[in-house]
Amino acid sequence: MIEVLAPGPYATVQDLGRPGYAHLGVPRSGAADVGSLKLANRLVGNPEGLAGIELTFGMARFRFRDGAWAALAGAPLEAEMGVPFWVPAGGELRLGAPARGMRTYLAVRGGIAVEPVLGSRSTDSLSGLGPEPLRAGTLLPVGPPLGGIHADLAPPPAPRPPVLRVLPGPRADWFVPEALDVLCGRPYEVSQDSNRVGVRLRGPELARARNGELPSEGMVVGAVQVPPSGQPIVFLADHPPTGGYPVIGVVRAADLPVAAQLRPGDQVRFTTRRGP
Amino acid sequence: MIRPVGEHGLLAETGSLELSHRVHAALRAERPEGVVEIVPGPETVLVVAPGADQGRLRARLEAVVDRERGRTGAGAAEGPVVTIPVVYDGADLDSVAALAGIPVAEVISRHCGRELVVGWLGFAPGFAYLTGLDPVLEMPRLDTPRTSVPAGSVAVAGPYSAVYPGPSPGGWRLLGRTSVQVWDVAADPPSLFRPGMRVRFEPVAA
Repeated sequence: MIEVLAPGPYATVQDLGRPGYAHLGVPRSGAADVGSLKLANRLVGNPEGLAGIELTFGMARFRFRDGAWAALAGAPLEAEMGVPFWVPAGGELRLGAPARGMRTYLAVRGGIAVEPVLGSRSTDSLSGLGPEPLRAGTLLPVGPPLGGIHADLAPPPAPRPPVLRVLPGPRADWFVPEALDVLCGRPYEVSQDSNRVGVRLRGPELARARNGELPSEGMVVGAVQVPPSGQPIVFLADHPPTGGYPVIGVVRAADLPVAAQLRPGDQVRFTTRRGP
Repeated sequence: MIRPVGEHGLLAETGSLELSHRVHAALRAERPEGVVEIVPGPETVLVVAPGADQGRLRARLEAVVDRERGRTGAGAAEGPVVTIPVVYDGADLDSVAALAGIPVAEVISRHCGRELVVGWLGFAPGFAYLTGLDPVLEMPRLDTPRTSVPAGSVAVAGPYSAVYPGPSPGGWRLLGRTSVQVWDVAADPPSLFRPGMRVRFEPVAA
């Protein structure tokens, strides 16, 4: 059992979410930066999809009632990143704020074993499915270890430039012809009201070529949706499964972790170029 | 027309909800390899298949859309009609009657008088947009949405009716309530309403 002493600004349990229920109105949810959760899990010998803790801007404290192997990945903290470490019974794990990035993943050997909902332990901030966000006093059960620890070192990946590669469409034709060039021109600034639903951006306005409403249609993670304000939103894990604003482009899967690690105030650029 | 949606998604334009339902049902019955999500909308069906061969999937999707478009007369809505008992004592019943210019009893009879079809789900898990509402009951949402609408509330807004699957904020006009649980995470599937399903409301005493 792990006791949350302080969750930091926002912390939730996350695994790989609830795929397959979008037609019933259920967001996929799951870790915003899937690669970092998987890495943290591998470091402690877990299957990649076990539930861990997603910290938003760090600053959390936990007491481990039982000793356990743990690992951190994602936004780098002063603590050891990318190596499994042992937390003794009764030990306290104190985590500071990340030097860069937004979301850090704490994996514990055996995984966080809260009750799953629709096959997932993820907190869905949009629909409320899954466990409540962590609070001081939340008790988190830990599952039995599965398999041995194989990796013992994963050098933290080099920081990636804040560039998101997009594939145009499916509704690029709802915008003026130069809108994609505008999107990929000057950088956008990440707004304060960004969250697990999406990264809200402020910058050059993306003008529409047509008026009227788009009938509601299925949405995907990474979709760059443009509300009437002309200011784009990049959908993250808790995005609504359907939406009525046109999507000008979709961020490549390989760049979703970059989007998930953007902080309010960061500058980000888009490109339609394929290469890195 | 099939539009790409990033690397893993394809959006088939159907142009009608009925064709969306047929394509959705066909893809669910014979799901192409690697397909994780099939999401119908009023004029589209989104298919998400990470790791699948997008060229092959696109060809398959085109073939299904063409085939289903050709099946004229085959109604999308099949299967049994789900009956939802409703106690018509909603907070907006009188204002809906006033806006429609009809007596309350007629609001109820018109709401129950037609078979509705689950168009698609969105807004919240299990929240179904029920299509086919009597046009007399079409009206705008409330100017100021309620901060909390109880689960089981039966409501109308625009050309749709809905049953609130859980407590949530909401701007739809409340006609009544049902004791039927339309959303239950312990059930499989968790949603009573699925796209294409036929629904009828039935008045019951409180």
